[in-house]
Amino acid sequence: MTSNPPGHRTDASRVTRHASRAPNRLERKFGDLRAKGEKALIAYIMAGDPSLHETEALVLQLEQSGADIIELGVPFSDPIADGPVIQKAAERALRSGTSLRKILQTVASLRSKTQIPLVLMAYYNTIYALGEAAFCKRAVEAGVDGVIVPDMPPEEAGPLEAVAEQTGLQTIFLLAPTSTPARRTVVARRSRGFLYYVSLTGITGAKLTNLAEVRRNVAKIRRATDVPVAVGFGIATPQDAAQVAGIADGVIVGSAIVRQVGEHQHDPGLPERVGRFVRSLKAAIAPSGASSTA
Amino acid sequence: MPAILELEEAYGKTRRDRAFQAEFADYLKRFVGRPTSLYFAERLTKRLGGAKIYLKREDLCHTGAHKINNSIGQVLLARRMKKKRVIAETGAGQHGVATATAAAMFGLTCEIYMGTEDMERQSLNVFRMRLLGATVTGVDAGSRTLKDAINEAMRDWTTNVRTTNYILGSVLGPHPYPMMVRDFQSIIGREARKQILAEEGRLPDYLVACVGGGSNSIGLFHAFLKNPHVRMVGVEAAGLGIESGKHAARFAGGRPGVLHGTMTYLLQDDDGQVNLTHSVSAGLDYAAVGPEHSYYHDAGRIQYTSATDEEALAAFDLLARDEGIMPALESAHAVAEVVKLAPKLKKKQVVIVNLSGRGDKDVQQVARIKGVTL
Repeated sequence: MTSNPPGHRTDASRVTRHASRAPNRLERKFGDLRAKGEKALIAYIMAGDPSLHETEALVLQLEQSGADIIELGVPFSDPIADGPVIQKAAERALRSGTSLRKILQTVASLRSKTQIPLVLMAYYNTIYALGEAAFCKRAVEAGVDGVIVPDMPPEEAGPLEAVAEQTGLQTIFLLAPTSTPARRTVVARRSRGFLYYVSLTGITGAKLTNLAEVRRNVAKIRRATDVPVAVGFGIATPQDAAQVAGIADGVIVGSAIVRQVGEHQHDPGLPERVGRFVRSLKAAIAPSGASSTA
Repeated sequence: MPAILELEEAYGKTRRDRAFQAEFADYLKRFVGRPTSLYFAERLTKRLGGAKIYLKREDLCHTGAHKINNSIGQVLLARRMKKKRVIAETGAGQHGVATATAAAMFGLTCEIYMGTEDMERQSLNVFRMRLLGATVTGVDAGSRTLKDAINEAMRDWTTNVRTTNYILGSVLGPHPYPMMVRDFQSIIGREARKQILAEEGRLPDYLVACVGGGSNSIGLFHAFLKNPHVRMVGVEAAGLGIESGKHAARFAGGRPGVLHGTMTYLLQDDDGQVNLTHSVSAGLDYAAVGPEHSYYHDAGRIQYTSATDEEALAAFDLLARDEGIMPALESAHAVAEVVKLAPKLKKKQVVIVNLSGRGDKDVQQVARIKGVTL
């Protein structure tokens, strides 16, 4: 059976926390999906891989193919949380001249064409180089909804969190299988937009093996927060996606999509090819697909 | 992050644990061969015609460099934490050899990550690690040097955190590493302090050491930091020259940034991408410096300078011929600074230079640079 969607319980703090502001694209998206009984497909691509021009085409195509939220990787020279597939994508993106500044321009350009929630995954130094306040301001102006900083622990996140809160940028935190209960509670309550549960101890592109552990930990996180919980790392196939959709509010697929981008980077039909794979993921997590695995 | 918290807690306990400290001191004495001598370099002193030059002979440590002090400390900690496997990164190969050695002594599984560029210029150390039973895994990403080896070791640790401790080799990375590695290396300065007081009856005027991540330098400096008359010079790698852009001089060419969980001076471009570095010495070839060095730099307590590849190679030759000691190319950068500094000082002044490692590992590379076929 599937877990209760987070909206089923009432939590006063959740209601008041965002009361001062209209819900942003992420909150609306999770709300809409929940109303329909659906789970979010969160598709990760590396911005600028193979070029920012292609990134724009890919975002539009992924949306058409059923992605609900797009996570845009900001390439970094030293991506310690990423496996070889995303490392190579970052190298391609850096070679094509991609920078955080240019990614924000691409997002601004995309905003005239789509309202799909866009989340940046950026290593801290790329944000620090731009300046935390300038980054938050420019990201929100461009139309970015949230940010994930994989090498920024919540202990060090205060300053960025404060300016993000002011500008309305959602800071999404990660929790690992090895996080202690105390830490789980604190991090879960601070995460905005959604919470990113890392399905395994490891790096992106590893193999998902312990679904029972994911189920147990997601249940524990839900007791601490009503923010939607998305699960990432190790979800490579429609079957994986369907299983995780039975547990979480969102399914994050990164390396498997980025691999397709890498393989077909010189193919003029790149967006369509990647789109076909994303369509298969979305089909697998559709309510009928999810119930068949439950 | 849970891994770091677990380590911090475990280290916090052992730091105040007398039994642990006694065990550590015992291994340093019987296995590493401490205390290392403080040697008066008479001919070098005479040649330079200025201050008296003493060499702190970390090159005489078992495995040939100061790195073993830290490896023993961290491997002892890993045992207390019941970890069966240790991993490490290595640049010059000295930390890899030291960790492989400590792991062999305690019967732990050991895997060492090393950039493929470094594996090529330090092939002898690669073979030594394998002889010691370690697995050496080449890292063929980025600049294929130390920083990429750290990336890969961190990925391994994230993946195998339940069974594995990461033995970081310098005063780098997230807390508690900079503090812990400094603590394990501070034996260098504590010994040197006693030794120079015995020899000269006073504290030195200058301490000089090379700075890659900065563990041998902070190890020497730490016991003297509270003595304002002891001046300290850290020597970074200027590679082909600062103006060439091909160097690893973070204070001369970098600005604050965050790499490997530390905010510190970092060689980076306008977008925060970490720059490729260059040095003839693999152990100094890293884009960031230990955060404590950044602190003392900004506080003005330690002065940082640099030596080029060429100056380091000249110092390597000089020490070999004048003193019968081949320094590691890393340590040769410190000697190169002494060559500039000592003549400007008075004859009664005293300089201690940390000879952090021996040059045997560099012989092949020096031959290659000199165009000699072995």
